[in-house]
Amino acid sequence: MADATQGTGGLTFDARKRAWPNELNIFFALILIIFAFEAAGQLLPYMKGQSFLFDTRDRFDSIFNEARLRIIILQVAIIGIIALGVTQVIISGGIDLSSGPLVGATAMIVMSFAQTELVNGGPNPKAVFGDWAFDLPLIIPLIVGLSFGAFIGAINGSLIAYTRIPPFIATLGMFLICRGIAQAWTRGQPVSFPTESYSLIGKGMMPVYLFIALAILFHFILKYTVYGKHTYAIGSNEDAARMSGINVKRHKVLVYMIASMLAAFAAIVLSSKNLTAQSGMGIFYELYAIAMAVIGGVSLTGGRGSIIGTVLGAMVFGVIQSGFTYIKLDAFYQLMAMGGIIIGAVVLDKVRQERAAMRS
Amino acid sequence: MSDDIVLETRGLTKHYGGVHALNDANFTLKKGEHVAIMGDNGAGKSTFVRQITGVEQRTRGDIFFYGEPVSFGGPLDAREAGIETVFQTLALADDLDVPDNLFLGREKTKFDWLGPFRLLDYKAMRKATIDGLEKTAVKIPNIRNTIRNMSGGQRQCVAIARTATFHSRLTIMDEPTAALGVQETAQVENIVRTLKEAGEPLILVSHNMRQVFDLVDRIVVFRRGRICANLRKEDTDGQDVVAYITGAKTQEGYEDAA
Ligand SMILES: Nc1ncnc2c1ncn2[C@@H]1O[C@H](COP(=O)(O)OP(=O)(O)OP(=O)(O)O)[C@@H](O)[C@H]1O
Ligand SMILES: [Mg+2]
Repeated sequence: MADATQGTGGLTFDARKRAWPNELNIFFALILIIFAFEAAGQLLPYMKGQSFLFDTRDRFDSIFNEARLRIIILQVAIIGIIALGVTQVIISGGIDLSSGPLVGATAMIVMSFAQTELVNGGPNPKAVFGDWAFDLPLIIPLIVGLSFGAFIGAINGSLIAYTRIPPFIATLGMFLICRGIAQAWTRGQPVSFPTESYSLIGKGMMPVYLFIALAILFHFILKYTVYGKHTYAIGSNEDAARMSGINVKRHKVLVYMIASMLAAFAAIVLSSKNLTAQSGMGIFYELYAIAMAVIGGVSLTGGRGSIIGTVLGAMVFGVIQSGFTYIKLDAFYQLMAMGGIIIGAVVLDKVRQERAAMRS
Repeated sequence: MSDDIVLETRGLTKHYGGVHALNDANFTLKKGEHVAIMGDNGAGKSTFVRQITGVEQRTRGDIFFYGEPVSFGGPLDAREAGIETVFQTLALADDLDVPDNLFLGREKTKFDWLGPFRLLDYKAMRKATIDGLEKTAVKIPNIRNTIRNMSGGQRQCVAIARTATFHSRLTIMDEPTAALGVQETAQVENIVRTLKEAGEPLILVSHNMRQVFDLVDRIVVFRRGRICANLRKEDTDGQDVVAYITGAKTQEGYEDAA
């Protein structure tokens, strides 16, 4: 390459030249929010100088208020698992509103296959099926739950890909169907008393470990596999993806299936943690999961976002929720504030996009 | 049918509801030949390209590729058969970078038994991208930049580099220089000349008379969805072609286009 005006002269692709990652902004926002609540704890007269996340008693083993931290991450973990799937759906240019009711339906169904025969020496008072369904090996409820999720996701995806119904409508329909299934399953009766092995899935900090493991797995998948690349490509420019030879329809079905399987898995973890399933489980979860993704910088127009962003978004979500409780904000005001924050996150995304459009 | 024909269409027709975008197009392309398609806006040029490349399904007619009747179910089929296309809409994914776009739909991968979850071989793709850009002399300051942050001309260069990086049995370019500056246009024209030297056939859709006369052997004129002239470069000139484009003239044998 002798001629400087020819070729790829001076071509570089080192990491330093890449733009400031959006995830860092969210991380700083997280820190800022923590300090805001910390400050509120010091300033609000009725708080009596309590700390939000730090330990105020004079202990030597830790500086953190572990009880509150644990509550925050446990709260975040289960909805966070759903958010991992919702992230992929939104990156592909879609939306999934059915995940909350799917949690309810899956929990009811799965728990029916995870019941134990003897409760306190007597027969299980909540038995759904006959004797055959008692004390099944753990793998059975797991397979039933994940298959149910895959089935619902396949319907969502097929409707969206093959009949071209807008994702909002298709998954809204599924939202009602799943809540209906959850209520019809036992006519509203809770299903309880799982086997010992089933109760281990959501025990203690298990939900958090599972969330972290799945987050790492899907971070890797989105970044380093063909599936991930095509998900971004479809959300970025669906026509271009099609013209490049990507089987867009099949890929969309796969994305919705994975999202619904993650929601189903969240249902398994949740019902195991609570040792019971109720038809009302998962109310608002679909919205909270979308909120986590959006707060985490996943663009509702598709093509942009990351698992790291969503995990940080989940943390922000958890901290804000727990912070509101900490400063003793009433539950209804909490809902309103949460709504405001979600709208704010979307507006921020819009502003960012418009600024990017002006630059190019 | 003779052996040296790359592409032939017979009675190729596309209707969009009531819009007759393409009617009874009979077109042939010989081995090593470079043909230009000209015509006013809306004449049906891109529609013709979309039928050949399987982006859309034709209303009727036959397409033969190297003598075989073909019916591409989608653009992937056409590409696998060896047709590389620069679409007028460019077909780039804005949020991805240059190597991602070059290899979109045909990524270099590892661990292929993982199916859709097979791993991307980023290193190999980056290297091939740099090689390809050097081969085509396309200048892009930073290949890790997303397409969104590139100028119109740079986007076009990426789209062209994408076709030129891969060996093909037929290259189709739909207005490849429409948004390009003088230098970049010259670069694209050089890429076309390289294809000519390599004996690779080409269909070039263009409004640029000078370019067409510089580059191709034959000019096919479209008018209101029909082919109205098929002119060898030696037998025609700019004014003549304009007369066909505007409808002032119609070639013998294509009277139904009038
Ligand atoms: N998807 C579609 N639905 C309906 N009509 C269409 C569609 N695509 C193209 N057309 C119409 O078909 C006609 C031919 O369009 P085409 O894109 O082939 O023109 P063109 O010759 O490529 O023009 P240009 O030089 O502007 O690119 C136009 O009248 C256009 O409006
Ligand atoms: Mg066109």
